[in-house]
Amino acid sequence: MSASPTNASPKRRAPTRRLMAPAVLFLLIWMIVPLAMTLYYSLQDYNLMMPDMRGFAGFLSYELLFTDPVFWDALLNTLLLVATCLLITVVAGLALALLFNRTFVGRGIARTLAISPFFVMPVVTGLIWKYMLLDPVYGLFSWVMRSMGFEPIEWLSSYPLLSVVMMISWEWTPFALLILLTGLQSLPEDQLEAVRLDGANRWQEFRHIVLPHLGQVLYVVVMLESIFFLTSFAEIYATTSGGPGTATTNLPYYIYLGAFYQYDIGLSSAAAIGAVVLANICAIFLIRFVAGNLNAGSQR
Amino acid sequence: MTASTVDKTPGRKSGAGGTALTLLAWLIGITMFFPILWVVLTALKTEQTAFSMTPTFIFSPTLESFKSALAQGSGYWHYALNSVITALGSTLVGLALAIPAAYAMAFYPSKRTDFTLVWMVSTKFIPAVGVLIPVFLVYRSLGLLDTRLGLTMLFTSMNLPIMVWMVYSYFRDIPVDIVEAASIDGASTAQTMFRVILPLALPGLASTGLLALILAWNESFWSLTMTDYHAATLAVYTASFKSGEGLFWARLSAASVMTIAPIVVLGWFAQRQMVRGLTFGAVK
Repeated sequence: MSASPTNASPKRRAPTRRLMAPAVLFLLIWMIVPLAMTLYYSLQDYNLMMPDMRGFAGFLSYELLFTDPVFWDALLNTLLLVATCLLITVVAGLALALLFNRTFVGRGIARTLAISPFFVMPVVTGLIWKYMLLDPVYGLFSWVMRSMGFEPIEWLSSYPLLSVVMMISWEWTPFALLILLTGLQSLPEDQLEAVRLDGANRWQEFRHIVLPHLGQVLYVVVMLESIFFLTSFAEIYATTSGGPGTATTNLPYYIYLGAFYQYDIGLSSAAAIGAVVLANICAIFLIRFVAGNLNAGSQR
Repeated sequence: MTASTVDKTPGRKSGAGGTALTLLAWLIGITMFFPILWVVLTALKTEQTAFSMTPTFIFSPTLESFKSALAQGSGYWHYALNSVITALGSTLVGLALAIPAAYAMAFYPSKRTDFTLVWMVSTKFIPAVGVLIPVFLVYRSLGLLDTRLGLTMLFTSMNLPIMVWMVYSYFRDIPVDIVEAASIDGASTAQTMFRVILPLALPGLASTGLLALILAWNESFWSLTMTDYHAATLAVYTASFKSGEGLFWARLSAASVMTIAPIVVLGWFAQRQMVRGLTFGAVK
């Protein structure tokens, strides 16, 4: 300890390059190389059914993609799905977080029950909803409708996209609840005391203290949820298989069908590039956030 | 100021409306949980009671459906074993890759490590469908399709960005002085990492591992596209109930319960620890 270094940096440089290399290489091989290959395939005329007719096709796949009405349906469905699920989960999650941010009998248990759907495997969520809840004859929802004197609704055929939205919202409202509740609990008590002494009512208290405090947390919830909602697959796979027609075909499902049922590598790759672009619009915001956090950290 | 004594959480004193809000919170908790409870109840029924237009809430429970879901030929154990191997395997590989990387980033920050960190996190936002086709074609030519190894690596790549970020954020809570002191005392990088830092960060590493385990267990996209039977996980097993077999509701429910129970229970215990990783450190 006597030989204290003059500069703040550690005496011996750690081999940072070697420490990071395995993780970097892994992501290069499993993410970046395939991504570059997707880009390459999207410029190729390549169908697995006709492996001999392969060749450079320029932007033909993109032209075909943009003139395919199903692609536009899928894009619209993806955006609708993301927007509705975001709206429902954030609003419901915030309301529930406020509700659970009080001390009451058995709060821990009630909260645990409420967040449980988040841990359910999406395939199982799809099956539970498809059969046991939404089945037009034997489903629980139909029984409730009938016992209240209404006609049961054929959810999956009459309101397919809404049904998928309900499933995803059931899984992800708990996520918003869990995160926002933690955010609420880090709210400094003295700020609330101060505005109460000033005679603020509940709405003013919420609007001027609680909501600004939650800003960053809300931002993270919206961003992470959009990334997951953009790639929803299992719920659709297990219930509607993208139908009826194209009613619940989103971008991931469209690419899956194109690659595994039409064997059209060129077209599906072009659509995959579209999905990457869409996700990256969301990602830009997250990167800004992470970078901002890094700067804050380096001032420690 | 004197009135608020025991109340740990900020909130007004609960008056007459307090009881109503408490009831509402409980009602919502039970409603959210109800579909899960309903599957558990259905799994304990006979097929006849399970499949009826008027749901029965009171019945004599039977383990018949669990027996039939576990029976020879149903293959439950085969899929469960694959789920355990791929989820645990990807978590361990992920930790082995994430810890050294995060160590370099947290204790020896430079422009290059910062850039690498941001780049790693950004790969999380390449959607799986964006790499699906090349991964499928390459796996097919390398014979990695429908193998546990192939699937484990895909799970690892899916979780690695989040794991690096989580481990990094836990490491950053440890004062740099500790690393400097150890290094001055003559400890090598490996010694410092294993003897000094890892024990300090153990709770954080445990929550990182738990989160990765939960995400990998519930993963469905890669399992459904890359596996068929040999490496197929419980996601593929339950998905096979989506047509035809779905009519056996009690058996479907028993299979579902056995698929989700381990992770739901794990989630109950890990809920607090998971928050931080899920929010990229925005909430502590």
